[in-house]
Amino acid sequence: MLSKVFATIAVVITGGLLLYGVMDFPAFGDPHSPPNAGVKGGGESISQYFITQTYRDTKVPNIVTAVLADYRGYDTMFETVVIFAAGMAIFAILRVVGDNNDPTKKELSSDDALSQKGDHNRIIIGTTCRIIIPIVQLFGLYVVAHGHHSPGGGFQGGVLLGSSFILLALSQNLNAALRRFSEKNYFTLAATGILIYAGFGVACQILEKNFLDYGVLQKVLFTDGPEMARSHSMLGVEVGVAFTVTAIMFSIYANLSSRGTLKDGL
Amino acid sequence: MVEFFEQHFNFWIYVILMMIGLWAVIAKNNLIKKLIGLSIFQTAIILFYVSLGVKENSTIPILDHHAPAAEVSADPHHNDEPSETGNHGELHPKAGHENDHHADAHVGAHAVEPDTMANPLPHVLMLTAIVVGVATLGVALALAQLIYKEFGTLEENEVLEIIKGGEAND
Repeated sequence: MLSKVFATIAVVITGGLLLYGVMDFPAFGDPHSPPNAGVKGGGESISQYFITQTYRDTKVPNIVTAVLADYRGYDTMFETVVIFAAGMAIFAILRVVGDNNDPTKKELSSDDALSQKGDHNRIIIGTTCRIIIPIVQLFGLYVVAHGHHSPGGGFQGGVLLGSSFILLALSQNLNAALRRFSEKNYFTLAATGILIYAGFGVACQILEKNFLDYGVLQKVLFTDGPEMARSHSMLGVEVGVAFTVTAIMFSIYANLSSRGTLKDGL
Repeated sequence: MVEFFEQHFNFWIYVILMMIGLWAVIAKNNLIKKLIGLSIFQTAIILFYVSLGVKENSTIPILDHHAPAAEVSADPHHNDEPSETGNHGELHPKAGHENDHHADAHVGAHAVEPDTMANPLPHVLMLTAIVVGVATLGVALALAQLIYKEFGTLEENEVLEIIKGGEAND
């Protein structure tokens, strides 16, 4: 109880200091605030540069994707590596190979477990998900493939694709999802995604430019100019990101829901 | 004072959300509740960043390069480029743009005024922060599962007692 009093005091002090700091913040929605327009006398801010120059530099209309995959390419690559490392960490923490370590494991085949839950639930949920899952996957692929022209990109599309497999595992059971997307396949896919991303960087180095400097790839992509090469490379990089995110999202669900056994699930 | 609050209410909301999250992380005894607090804290930070990029009467930071120029720009000089679909290869350097504050701000058939688009930078930063947040939350949940498997409880004080008891026995 005493600890809660101290926690409240600490939180109130922190919040009070932050609320005091709010007084110096720009008004909500002010287009000339320092984050949006830079400080006075500091010249053009970097976000203004992105808005006005991105299309000239990269031919990508979606400024967010262009900044993500090109200007901040290093950052995004290692964000993808962080996601991959998280998947690996969960594998290392939870995964139990074999089934002698799980005391709650009952010798129930998946079909027995399902028939106990009642068939009427299964028909409604199963039929609905049978219709929804392909649409979700199609939309996920669209979000990835069209991510540099409309809202979307590798992370968002990857999460959509991963969630479609999670929906399959929820509506039927984990084994049904794992039959279509096995552990071997999803970790291969996750590693492939990072290799695609890094491959674009190394390809630029082979063509004697800096890592992830996509403009030089016009020699191999046969585009009209370095700008279009950047646009196409961004699509490739986003596909790599989508691979990793899809695989890792599903692997996180599969490991967490089955306590690392990859059997039965929830 | 009322005007000040109207202009800054968003920051007040984030500070209050952040205080809720911080309080849960410090004061709650259950590890899952601590994780929920951490997620609330993270949400407050994400909302804070995104709200910094908001500009009044602005649109999403995606250029409408397929649209006919007349729709996006009231400037009559650019009606000669109805569509440039499939013709991305050429730049469109056009001189003589009256209300062009940024000399080479031409995007396809029309110029972009930075004030008409939301700041893309916070969106980029938070986009990756959200996905990495999900991945790290997954790792935290995995650790919580391992702790539950090992100690049979998720209450922090009970786990600490078991650890201390184990040391005493050694």
